[in-house]
This record gives sequence, C-alpha cells and structure tokens, in this order.
Amino acid sequence: MAKMTGAQAVVEAFSREKVDFVFGLPGGACLPLYDALYDAKFKVILVRHEQGAVHMAEGYARSTGKPGVVVVTSGPGATNTVTGIADAYMDSIPLVVITGQVKSFLIGNDAFQEADVTGITRPITKHNYLVKNVNDLPRVLKEAFYLASHGRPGPVLIDFPSDVSLAQFDFEYPETVNIRGFKPVLHGHPGQIKKAAKMIEESKRPVIYTGGGVIISGAAKELIELVEKTNAPCTNTLMGLGGVPGTHPLFMGMLGMHGTVYSNRAVHESDLLIAIGARFDDRVTGDLKKFAPLAKIIHIDVDPSAISKNVKVDVPIVGDVREVLEELNKVVKPADTKEWLATIEGWKKESPLRYTDDSTNVRPQYAIQKLCEILGSDAIVTTDVGQHQMWAAQYYKVDGPNQFLTSGGLGTMGYGFPAAIGAQLGHPDKIVVCVTGDGSIQMNIQEMATAVIHKLPVKIAIINNNYLGMVRQWQEAFYHHRYSSSDMSGNPDFVKLAEAYGAVGRRIEKKADVENAIAWSKTITDRPCILDFAVVEEENVYPMIPSGKSFEEIIDMA
Amino acid sequence: MAVHDATPVRERILSVLVENRSGVLSHVVGLFSARGYNIESLAVGETEDPTMSRITLVSQGDDKTLEQIKKQLNKLIDVIKIQDLTDEGFIDRELMLVKMKTSPALKEVLNSLAPQYRIHVVEETLEITTVECTETRENRKKIFEKFKEIGIVEIAQTGATALSKKTPGSK
Repeated sequence: MAKMTGAQAVVEAFSREKVDFVFGLPGGACLPLYDALYDAKFKVILVRHEQGAVHMAEGYARSTGKPGVVVVTSGPGATNTVTGIADAYMDSIPLVVITGQVKSFLIGNDAFQEADVTGITRPITKHNYLVKNVNDLPRVLKEAFYLASHGRPGPVLIDFPSDVSLAQFDFEYPETVNIRGFKPVLHGHPGQIKKAAKMIEESKRPVIYTGGGVIISGAAKELIELVEKTNAPCTNTLMGLGGVPGTHPLFMGMLGMHGTVYSNRAVHESDLLIAIGARFDDRVTGDLKKFAPLAKIIHIDVDPSAISKNVKVDVPIVGDVREVLEELNKVVKPADTKEWLATIEGWKKESPLRYTDDSTNVRPQYAIQKLCEILGSDAIVTTDVGQHQMWAAQYYKVDGPNQFLTSGGLGTMGYGFPAAIGAQLGHPDKIVVCVTGDGSIQMNIQEMATAVIHKLPVKIAIINNNYLGMVRQWQEAFYHHRYSSSDMSGNPDFVKLAEAYGAVGRRIEKKADVENAIAWSKTITDRPCILDFAVVEEENVYPMIPSGKSFEEIIDMA
Repeated sequence: MAVHDATPVRERILSVLVENRSGVLSHVVGLFSARGYNIESLAVGETEDPTMSRITLVSQGDDKTLEQIKKQLNKLIDVIKIQDLTDEGFIDRELMLVKMKTSPALKEVLNSLAPQYRIHVVEETLEITTVECTETRENRKKIFEKFKEIGIVEIAQTGATALSKKTPGSK
C-alpha cells in the first residue's frame, strides 16, 4: 500500500494497465491530474480539441486492440468528447475517458465549467462512474479498463471531481474484478455450433457475412479458415473490412447500400446467411422484409441484444467470435458450392465494381486505387464519412484486420484524421493514410499541429470535389438537383494550410500527376503530408441501394 | 422471411435486481426513454441484501420488444438479474391513497367494496374522507374507476411491486 493522491492513483493505474498514450487537453478541474501526468512514464499527447483526443484514442485502440485513454477537463472539455464517445459506443471501440469535474461539494450548483457529464454520456457509454470517494477509485479504474475491453467493447467514462483527485489515501490496486452484473458469455453453445455446422454442410448457396466483431475479437485467421474450409463466399460490412484479405478469391467485397452488386445479389439469393460479429444495420439490410428472403440465418455475436434485434434468427450463437469460430472450424464440413460460386462469378463478370475512367481528369476511384497500389495494401487506412469513405471501402483493398478504420455506426465527419494520428502513434513503422473529403477534413483540421509536433508522417488524401459529396449525390438523386447548402465554396488552399502548420502538401489536378504525387508522399517521413486531389466534382458512388429499399432496386451505374 | 412475426402488445411485469447505488435508477429509466420503450409504472426498494435493490417494472410491448427490453437491461452493468413475471405466477400489490368528499354515497360505495377488497378509511373529517387501498394492479384499476365516478379530490398511487410465487433458487 502506498500513500498517494487520487490523481497520482490514476497515473499509477494507467501504468499498471500498460497504457502507452494518454490523449487530452488540460483545464481547471483536471489540473491535479495533469500535474501527476507530468511525471508519467508513458506519453501524453496534447491535442487541439477534445474531440480530436477521443478519435485519436479510437484510432490507437482499433489499430492496436488495446483500450484508448483520454483525459480532459470538466464542462466544455467533457462535452467536446461527446461525439467521439458516441462514435466509440456505436462501433464498439474500447476507451477509458476520464473527465475532470468540479469539486464534489459544488456539484449541482451550476459551478464554473460544470456539466452533468454522467447524465450526458449515459446513453453513449458502456458504463460510467462519478467518483465521490477516493477510496472507490482503484476499484473503479480497474473495472473501467476491464469493462472497456471485455465482452462487446465500448467506452467507459469516469467523472472525477478535482477535490477527490487531491485527496490523499492508501492506494492498493485490485488484482481482479468481480462485477456481478457483467458476465459476458464467451463460449458458444456446443449444440448450437453443431447445428450451425450441419446447416452449412447442407446448404447450397451459403454466404458468410461478417462485421466489426471479427476484427475486435481477433478472429481474422479463424474466419479465413472457415471461408476456405466451407468454400462459402464471404462479404464484409464496412466495419468488417480486412476480416478477409481484399483480394481473397472467395471475397465478394462489401455488401449493403454501396456494396458490390454480386455480394448483395448473393445475399438476396442465398439459402443460408452466416452472420458473424455483424448486426444487420439498416445500411446493410435496406428493406428488412425483402432482405435475404430465401435464407435461414445463423448469427454469431458476443452481444445477446444484437441477436434477433432486426431479423429473426434460426440459429443464434452467443459467444466471442474467435472462440466460436475455433469450435465451428473443428466440426464444420465443406458445403457443395461449386455451382453457387460459378453463378456468383457470372454476376461478378456481368456487374463488376467499376467506374468511367477519364484520360485527363482525376476520378476519385482512380486516385484511391493508386493510393492502394503505391502506399500498399498493408497500410493502415482511416477514412472520414461520405463518398470518399465508400470509395475507400470499395477500392482500397486492405490485407488484414485492424487496417481499415472508419466511423461506421455514428458516421462522424472529422473522425479520420485524428484516428490516423492515433494509429500512427501505435504503429510508428507503418504507413498510415487518411482518405478524407474536403468537408470532413475541416472538422478536425486543427490536429495538424498535434501531428506536426510529434513528427507523424500521416498521409492525408483529400478527395476534393468542392461539395459535401454524399449530400450532393442524394440531393441530385432524390431532391431534384437542389444543392441546398452542400457547396463547399470557400475551401482553403490545403497546400498552404499544410505549410502554415509546418507540414507539406501538393495539389493534384491531372490524372497524369496522381502516381507521382503519391510516390512523393511516401518519401515524407517526418511530418504529415496533404495530397489534395481535385477530383471530378459530380462523380457518384455506385452501386447504390436507395435507403429503405431492397436489392431489387439496386442502381448499378447511372 | 427474415422479419419477426407480429405478436400482440400486452402488459408485462419485470422484476429487476440492481446494485443499490446512486445513479442506477437513471441508467434504467434512461434506457427506456432512449430506446423508445414504455414504462407504465416503476417501484424501487432495498432488498434483504442492502447492496441490492429490486425494481418492479410494468411495461407494454409485443414479444420482440419485450425480448429486447430484457436484453438491453441485461447489458446495463448495474443490473444483476431480470425476472419476467408476466407468464409465471406472481403476487403484486399497488398502493392508492384517495381523498374524496365525505358523503353518504361514498360511505355506501366503501361499504360495498370493503368486504371484497383491501380497502379502509385512514382519516375522516366532515368534509374529506381519505381512503387507503392496497390491491393487485387489476383490482386497483377497478376501484379507481369506481372512485372516479363519485369524484376524486386528490389521489396518489404507487406502481406495482411484485414477487414471483416460485421459491427462489428452485426451477
């Protein structure tokens, strides 16, 4: 037992939890914490806006599999983290967020920089705590790290009044946690696994549909084994990309609203859908009544509430995806899919993923294909939200898990760049590229300073069409070309902006310059680099299943 | 077909054991409002183990909604155990305190109800009669309608509190 303050106890707990980085920005109520952090052995990354801190922690967490840690102050510091926390909650990213709070005896008095942070974050955290007694702190910290990363991961918030952070107490860090209300089921039911194996063996047109759960549980290897063993074609959700290599012969690309025609068609005509760590999101299913109308459904997920939430499931298996797949792989036998695969191959030839190329102008899809070719399919790719995100999902074919980091559930513009910073810190030797749009990048552009100060060679590929492109595309298709507030005129000169921060940049206006510019960005190793691709402005993302519609209404190419 | 078959909406009664800590109730109530579930009534109290409270919750929904409510409640870290009492035998009580104008008509009604129901006069003045009723949810509703006919001056009601008829630990 050691005598220390609450703030010192937090730093000590971070060390014991093997925290590498803390992301945040100090302020009045967390000054004791930042004073204690001054002596920490791990690195503290000072951000320029608290939202950036949370996305950095997310990028770090998603690329390394370890919880991301954020420390900010009370009131506005805490409320600025809300978007990031909601993002992490939707995408099941493990985070521990510590918010300073006003002195405990002032809580409820509308004190300076006071906000009801546990109240505000209740629906967007896996769990949250307000620590009023310093003696509860070791248990709360231990539980927070445990909860964030066990079962279905998610953000856990600790609201920490400044007087509690200054209180002296005897610190003893618990070895174990015992939370009677949290006992996630990790082992799949053996009977259900056998049943699933039998259904797979008997199916003629199986489709394996996998999501972020495969990435989170570290089951990519087991998934590939299942795919190859069963000869079943596989499709990924946006969050599941990298679960199987983008170039795997049994991989059909992404499904859903902007998925490939053949993956959506395969789901539509399949007789057995094997959903693994995916949640039948509306962007995947469209009209539920017409989704996979012929298929029986096997659903494997660690979160019981994800099962049978949107669709009726025939064989539910609650458990950790990796554990369940390990067991399933032991008993599963190949399905007779020869004919099925040939049919899908035919659909693929008939309606491949494609775009109209251009001899002079930069097509966004072309720029992303070249990024993938030159920066490599082993790079870590982060995206923002919009058209570029879908093109990145379609054309940047990553090799493996934890390489494609995107805001899937919440759809947060402003996620990509800070997430890339977090990923680069976690992987100093890897190429990290943020594929973004001219709208999205401006939502957290201030973190250029953070990237420059830490000499991070993050590549920022702006697919610049001078529009909020996805909004414009919907306005074109569904609102009679009325481009209401989607024109981004007033965009800065991104090259000068990079230079103003001490980074570098290039603007690419011709197709002929694309390869050169990307190759040049690879040579920049000590600072961020912006590649501002001036792309064809009114390019649309295809294929597209309009919101709430079914596969039957897919628009392949306009 | 991948969608759920529709089932009728009906009243459900859940017994939820939770950690006896501040903030727990807001987690439970917040979950209902955030996910658009109904709460008809809710009653909380400490249990024989002072570290736990029991929440008795009455809600409306079809089978699918109720299944989700139970799963989502289970996800709350402070929720220890959920028992769906709807289709197993249970004992329930609700308390109602009612002020009504003192009158011969009221006396008559009270006399007719008293033999059948757990009902008695708590206080009586020349003007106001205050009645306590401790009854099942179903009976309480009936009595409430009767009192409404006579005219209620002021009323306070609790939600249902309930226990399973099963012996704890048995199957």
